[in-house]
Amino acid sequence: MAEFTLPANSRVGEGKTHKAPAGAKRVKAFKVYRWNPDDGKNPVMDTFEIDLDACGPMVLDAIIKIKNEIDSSLTFRRSCREGICGSCAMNIDGTNTLACLKPISEVQGDVKINPLPHMPVVKDLVPDLSQPYAQLRSIEPWLQAETAPPPDAERLQSKEERAEIDGLWECILCFCCSTSCPSYWWNGDRYLGPAVLLQAYRWIADSRDEATGKRLDALEDPFKLYRCHTIMNCTQTCPKGLNPAKAIGKVKQLMLERQG
Amino acid sequence: MQKDTTPSIHIMRSQLGRARGLGAAKHGAAHWWAERLTAAALLPLSLYFVLSVLLLKGAGRAAMAAYMGEPWNAVLFLLLIFAMFYHLSMGLQAVIEDYVRKDAKRIAVLMLVKAGIWFLGLAAAVSVLKLAVS
Repeated sequence: MAEFTLPANSRVGEGKTHKAPAGAKRVKAFKVYRWNPDDGKNPVMDTFEIDLDACGPMVLDAIIKIKNEIDSSLTFRRSCREGICGSCAMNIDGTNTLACLKPISEVQGDVKINPLPHMPVVKDLVPDLSQPYAQLRSIEPWLQAETAPPPDAERLQSKEERAEIDGLWECILCFCCSTSCPSYWWNGDRYLGPAVLLQAYRWIADSRDEATGKRLDALEDPFKLYRCHTIMNCTQTCPKGLNPAKAIGKVKQLMLERQG
Repeated sequence: MQKDTTPSIHIMRSQLGRARGLGAAKHGAAHWWAERLTAAALLPLSLYFVLSVLLLKGAGRAAMAAYMGEPWNAVLFLLLIFAMFYHLSMGLQAVIEDYVRKDAKRIAVLMLVKAGIWFLGLAAAVSVLKLAVS
């Protein structure tokens, strides 16, 4: 059966509280998930009180400040700080999003920060994403065509053909959507999840690709594709405003279309 | 209940090998479409059912038999029964596939549930036919 409670060694306890410096006027508490694989202890939520007058506007600014000034052992991924690398995907205030795109001012009350849900945790806010990465590899996310490209030019698309992959190519593979999907939580080992299915459709919808039928063949499966029950958490959570649920719907439509 | 903690994955297998798994079953589209079709069919059929119940409020066996004796009514009731139990069967199958992870257990539960649905569906259909041809 799917498990609805955390195993005993994953239950989250209370951690340390780091008070705001004296004289801070605008104080906001950040409750951050901490787990260290080396100390054998259960995860805890540490509380860091931050003076917002001495901190940048985004949640990522706050956790960088925490790492720089309060606790250098806090572990998280970040790179571009402008929503294009997808590294700082985490669960903030109950929703998966990118810490660099999430303004602190949007969060009412304490800012609760957890790693992406239902993935193995490497340390603190760093999830192990090797399963979704391998699933992405399994749908062969690259252009496949037997027709040789023109010797002196790139493969051409009409404006209309190019427009077909709008809303798909923008995906930065942060996996906020896949890790927000209950179906992916329960059956992530067999269900590909919204991020990977959106990528699959990105290549199905690409007019330059000639492997459309093969791609559909590889998806037609009760688990790989049809575990999607149109829950729409994926679309609601996408920090880039994309619509994975719609892409999956398009794939299902094509499955039908080719049957006659 | 004692939890089974044996890992259900082959730990030493590569991630890509696990992701590809047993490959695509090459079915699922028909199931998905039939779910939608039966759902759509159930909209008018359920409305018809409610109207029938209102119309037959307090009717005795003779009136029921006369109602079902009309071929239209018998056919619509049979369609309703078919669409409903087929939809029920596919819906429950999806739920069971979502939540029962072990293959043997999943298949056993599926067989039990489907047997029950066949029994109830046929019982309903036979009841309608019995009234219709009495």
